[in-house]
This record gives sequence, C-alpha cells and structure tokens, in this order.
Amino acid sequence: MSAALDNRRLRIGFIPLCDAAALIVAADRGFAAGEGLDVELVREVSWSNVRDKLNIGMFDAAHLLAPVAIASSLGLGHVKVPLVAPSALAINGNAITVSPALHAELVAAADGDIGAPLTSARALARVIAARKRSGEEPLTFGMTFPFSSHNYALRFWMAAGGVAPDEDVRLVVLPPPYMVESLANHQVDAFCVGAPWSSVAVDQGIGFFLHSVSEIFARVTEKVLAVRAAWAERNADVLARLVRAIRRAAVFVEDQANRDEVADLLAAPHRLGVAHDVIRRTLDGKLKVAPDGRVRESGRYLLIGRNGAARPYPAQAAWLYAQMVRFGQAPLSPDLGAAAQAVFRPDLFDAALAEKPPDLRGEPEDGIGAFAGPAFDADDIAGYLKMCAASGKR
Amino acid sequence: MDPSLKIVIVDESPVRAAILADGLREAGFTQVARIEETANLLANIYAVDPDVILIDLENPSRDVLEQMFQVSRAVRRPIAMFVDQSDSASIQASVDAGVSAYIVDGLKKERIKPILDLCISRFHAFARLQAELEKTKTALEERKVIERAKGILMRLRQISEEDAYALLRRTAMNENRKIAEIAQSVVTAADLLK
Repeated sequence: MSAALDNRRLRIGFIPLCDAAALIVAADRGFAAGEGLDVELVREVSWSNVRDKLNIGMFDAAHLLAPVAIASSLGLGHVKVPLVAPSALAINGNAITVSPALHAELVAAADGDIGAPLTSARALARVIAARKRSGEEPLTFGMTFPFSSHNYALRFWMAAGGVAPDEDVRLVVLPPPYMVESLANHQVDAFCVGAPWSSVAVDQGIGFFLHSVSEIFARVTEKVLAVRAAWAERNADVLARLVRAIRRAAVFVEDQANRDEVADLLAAPHRLGVAHDVIRRTLDGKLKVAPDGRVRESGRYLLIGRNGAARPYPAQAAWLYAQMVRFGQAPLSPDLGAAAQAVFRPDLFDAALAEKPPDLRGEPEDGIGAFAGPAFDADDIAGYLKMCAASGKR
Repeated sequence: MDPSLKIVIVDESPVRAAILADGLREAGFTQVARIEETANLLANIYAVDPDVILIDLENPSRDVLEQMFQVSRAVRRPIAMFVDQSDSASIQASVDAGVSAYIVDGLKKERIKPILDLCISRFHAFARLQAELEKTKTALEERKVIERAKGILMRLRQISEEDAYALLRRTAMNENRKIAEIAQSVVTAADLLK
C-alpha cells in the first residue's frame, strides 16, 4: 500500500499553542509519514502571517483560528479567499485571567462565588460602574485576534452581565507571547488567551485564573485544519491522508498513557518551546488558578480528539458567524450564514475516516451550551440574535 | 516624490528599519518615522497618525494592526491592508520579502505601489546583507576550527603545518566532505580523548 503513495511534501503553518497538538504529533511521531506525507511544520509569529501564507499558497494547510477560516471565506476584514476545514483541531482551550487587583475588586463586588460566570460578569458590571463614577480609566482586556473565539468569549461573558464591550471596556489585540508581560506591566487588566499562557501568568504570581472558556461555552470550535477550497478539490486524496494522519494523532494525544510523550514532543524548542509540565497540565485539564497553587480540574478545558472534537460541525461555523454579526464584524444575511456553514466540511472528514459518528451523549443539545442567553439555533440565526439582544447588551 | 505621505515603520531590526527609511527619504518621502516600542503599539501609531504603516512579518505585533480594520471606538482612522485582489503577485512578492503594508482606507493604489516596491527591494537587500554576514561568520568559524585541528595533528603526529593541512584535505576528499567538517571531527575527538 505505502509503495503506491507518492510521499507528498506538505508545508503547514502553525502557531505555538497546545491546541496544535494533533498536528504536531501527526508530523513528529510518524502518523503523517505513515500516510506517505512528508510534513514540514512552519512555526509562525502571527495569525495574519498564517492566514496570508495560506491564502497565497506558501502553505498547503494551516492550524488556524476557526473564525479566521470563516472570515477569509466570506471576505470579512481582508481579501476573500475561500477556505475549507476538513477537520477541527480543538474545542475550547482558552481561559480568562485577571490581574490580582481586578480579581480583588471582582470578589468585593460579587454577590456570590465569582467561579460562576454570571456572578463574575455581574460583578464586572458593578466594578465598571464604580470606576466610571470615580472617573477612572476604563478596564483593558487583551485578546489574540479580532476574529477569534477569545474575542467572542470575552464579549459574550461581559454582555451577559450587562457590560457593553465596545463602550464600557477597551478590548485590544495582543500577541499571546506578550500577554503575560502586559498583565505584569498593567497595560491590560485581564486577558483571554489559549494555553499555556494563562498558566504561565498564574505560575509567575501575576494573575488569577478566572474562567476556563469551557465554563462560558461547553463546546466551541477553537482551531481548525484549514486549506484553500481550490486546493482541497485538486488534492482530494492527499487531503484525506492528512485528515487521517491528524485523526490518528488526536486519538494518540487523548490516550492518558501517551501524555508524557506528547508533552515532550510539544515542549521541543522548535514547537512550543515551553516547559513539559505546563503542557501536561493543560492537556490533563489540571489548572493552577491562583498564585498560592490552588488547582481546578476541568474535563472540558481542551478537547483535541475526544467527545467528537475533531469532526467539523457546520452548526459550529454558524454559531461563530452569529457572533460576528452580534459584535458588528459581519452583516446578517442568510447567504453569508450558509457560506459560513459550508466552510466546515464533515463530508470530507467522514469520507477520509469511515468512522462511526462520534458519541455526543452528554454534549449540549444546541451544540454550544452557553452559560447564559438563548439556546443556539443554526437554522434561525436572526431569531437567536434577537433573543440575545433582549437578554443582554450587544 | 510624495512628501505629503506620513509613513511609519514598525520593525524590531534597527538596521533594516534604517535601510528602509533611507531608501524612502532618498525617494522623496520626507515624513518617515520608526516605532520601536511594541507595547502600546496602537497608541504610538495614532500619535503619529500615519497614512502608511510598514511592518516586518517576523513581528508578532502584526496581529495588533489587524484590529485597525475593525470599526470600533478605539479606531480613529480606518486602516486597510494594502492588498489588491487583482494583483496577487504583489502580495506574494511582499510576503516573500517579509514585509506587509497597511494604508489609510481610501488612499489611491498608485500612491502606495512605489512605496511597497521600494520596501520589497530594501527587504531583499537586507536579507542579502544578512546572508553575506552569515557566510562571513561561518567562514571565520571554519577557519578557526581548521587552525585548531591543524594544531592538534601537528602535536599528536609530529608533522608540519603544511602536512597537517594536506592530511585534512586528503581525508575530506576521500570521504567527500568539507575540510571544516573533518577538522571539526578532529577537534571533537581530541576533546573526547582529553
């Protein structure tokens, strides 16, 4: 069988984050080679670079923010290049971390345990109101990209507490490697970022882990494997092999017995270049939440291959598009909604793998499982948004 | 050429930024500023209020600039990436060279094209300079290793400097490797046997 394969060379861009685990393990532990693929992973410093190099063909495929794949396909904010996602790479995995000062203010303003996102969001609204009265500068929140689930998670959470994200706070883009430093220097009061950066801030004693994003939404597609739509058509067989290699790697990552080996592969200097233990804790969902060493365990913090995380569900794309509309990045139109859904390609995933459909028992009924607001309905985005507007601020 | 345009360069490499700024000034763009500080990048950019922003692709802060496309309270003047849907060659050329350009929305393409072309050629010139430097450094290091290996051979085999060099060269030819590689093996072996 392998003699028939043409040992195809692929250049794939990635950003050094734990949610690139399946891609990195596929390339570095022989799963890609097993499919006759010679994968060269190229580490990038910005999502803009990943997007542009994928768009112009310098990369064959990329580890990409799911909303960027949709934005690029719809031509939002940038050149329109249709992309497809034949596989998801991760669900969830981000966290909101706040400075010790803001943490203390939230605790003081809360009418309960700020471990509950609705309580913390309402406390935030009170903190903001008090700061306005005393004429203080608005709070600044860092996130990684305009088209990112980080941006939507922060906005969704704030809005549920009665905060208007565009008026009451400053939301700024910060590259993940600069987040921790910016929190330490008081340039931001809080941030939402992917692993391992929240853990790094907590380890350094300069931040409190407020929420895993999985406490805000039970299930949101974070990263996808993205390729150009035209490339996918011309290279159907190669793409199926790549999807298979990544799927096998994802299964490997999810096996507890392999976690140390996976953490070693990811910790390598040319991959993530961060400590083995921080990566291991992230994969295991054991999160140090306060500088004193308190730990919170979350079975949903980062899903790579379990709970059907790898299959790209169009309803997930519809939800991401709905957030773009809600927060002013995209106009509302049925055509755009349909185009967004068409970016996620479960058909390509299923054809490559011939697996049984994933067991989704215990997963949220509307596919998202948000802590507040209406249930999501991919077939009625307009209705969903109307209910969001009624239940919280935009 | 177009002295009214305000240009900002965001580049962590001071040498490359200087090469680019010089080129722009020679071409008649008199209002060229460089921003070194990437903390508070947006505030620093708004303080200059440029028409054109040039940023190197090795800079993680490129994502920060993407925020300027968004319509929000933080943005004073809408900025767009300089891309021309019809001209993918120029995007390719600029990404290839390692630079990206952002412009104030509505600025005419013809006014920007010469700036981008100049950027591309200066970035390439810098890359060549760097490659040249790298080559010189490697050559210097190789010479040092060969000198050390010669010394080791002279001492251990009681031969002249010329014979030591001839031995290295012959071995390299026989094994189809570079003299510096053979010399490195000699040095490593000698260190191990110490």
